[in-house]
Amino acid sequence: MPKVKVAKKSTFIDMTAMSDVTVLLLTFFILTSTFIKPEPVQVTTPASVSEIKIPEINVLSILVEPGGKVFMSLDKQEDAMRVLRKVGEAYNIEFTDKEVYQFGLAATSSFGVPIQSMKAFLGLPEDQRGEVLKNYGIPMDSIDNQFKHWVRYAKDVNPNLLIAIKADQFTPYPIIKNVMTSLQELRENRYNLITSLKAGANAEEGGH
Amino acid sequence: MAEVNTGGNDKGKGKKVKQKKVDLRVDFTPMVDMNMLLITFFMFCTSLSKPQTMEINMPTRDEPSDPTVAKSSEAITILLGGDNRVFYYFGMIDEESYLNPKFLVESDYSENGLRAMLLNRNRKAIADLQELKLKKLNNQISEEDFKKQSIEIKGQKGSPTVMIKALDESTYKNLINVLDEMQIANIGKYAIVDIQDGDLFLVRKALGLITDEDLKK
Repeated sequence: MPKVKVAKKSTFIDMTAMSDVTVLLLTFFILTSTFIKPEPVQVTTPASVSEIKIPEINVLSILVEPGGKVFMSLDKQEDAMRVLRKVGEAYNIEFTDKEVYQFGLAATSSFGVPIQSMKAFLGLPEDQRGEVLKNYGIPMDSIDNQFKHWVRYAKDVNPNLLIAIKADQFTPYPIIKNVMTSLQELRENRYNLITSLKAGANAEEGGH
Repeated sequence: MAEVNTGGNDKGKGKKVKQKKVDLRVDFTPMVDMNMLLITFFMFCTSLSKPQTMEINMPTRDEPSDPTVAKSSEAITILLGGDNRVFYYFGMIDEESYLNPKFLVESDYSENGLRAMLLNRNRKAIADLQELKLKKLNNQISEEDFKKQSIEIKGQKGSPTVMIKALDESTYKNLINVLDEMQIANIGKYAIVDIQDGDLFLVRKALGLITDEDLKK
């Protein structure tokens, strides 16, 4: 019986090239991206043709949810800590160092609790805060406009701060107007509205 | 690449010392797996581009910009209503305009709506800007001059002054859309103004909430 010789073929695939590609991709992603900061509410910004980019540092962003809740975030931890102390002073609330530090950590993503509940909020474990935060928001009515205090003290602490409003596209106008008049009363007349880029749009074309 | 031939087969023909072939091939599959995981992680947890913004300057409270200051021939008032409806009128409201059904025009956010109207109204400034851009393309003027002159053109006499008045029913998206149109139409003078009773009345009438019979009463 003739022996049928089966050619031994190696199933080894050279992964080197593949590995090269993935490393390149990885470097690309690491270099070009910035981390998404968790936000308490999902906000879809309206599209516009504006192409100005927002700077990465010195930004005070104001998040406006369609229901009218307002949240804020500061990008510098030290600023946030000083702002909390100042706001606390204004409302006669003493914060411990630990609470201030906790706030500094949280403020880089988002904060927005009435100052009266701030102590209780900071006492919560970190993983529960996100859920609780959704139900709060910074009070902004005419009787107790805490939003104004926050903005004022934030500006005091860091005068170079740029104000950016990020509002949902279906936010009713009166809420936006309230934010705008509050800023106007503080003589903050220059601010940015965050929008997303309209797909395939430039100044000449692109419909709604 | 990762393979190194530790040959030496044709060397020393006479001796025939068998050298062990050491395979230096390294299996890269786990490396690729790990990289892919890292890539997916970065793709999900990061945002690639910074968000776009729109710069806006509001008038200060101390010196309220009186809307009546604007020449009535240059003034355009845009009223933002609910349900993505938008209206505009030229000039100022006077007593006749309440009775004139054609005073308030309904428009939309499409290219043929507001944009066409604004581009038409601002055509002189747009033509000037086009000329300026051409000059810049031919390197006749510097970047700084270009910016300076384009601001001058946008603010020149005869170019329209737009007042944006939003009703409470309108949304933020409507506001951004209109601000967008300002940018597209190169309008230099515009402001977001509080709505007045007269405007509100006109819109209500246009929406059919107030009929002529109500007026007679």
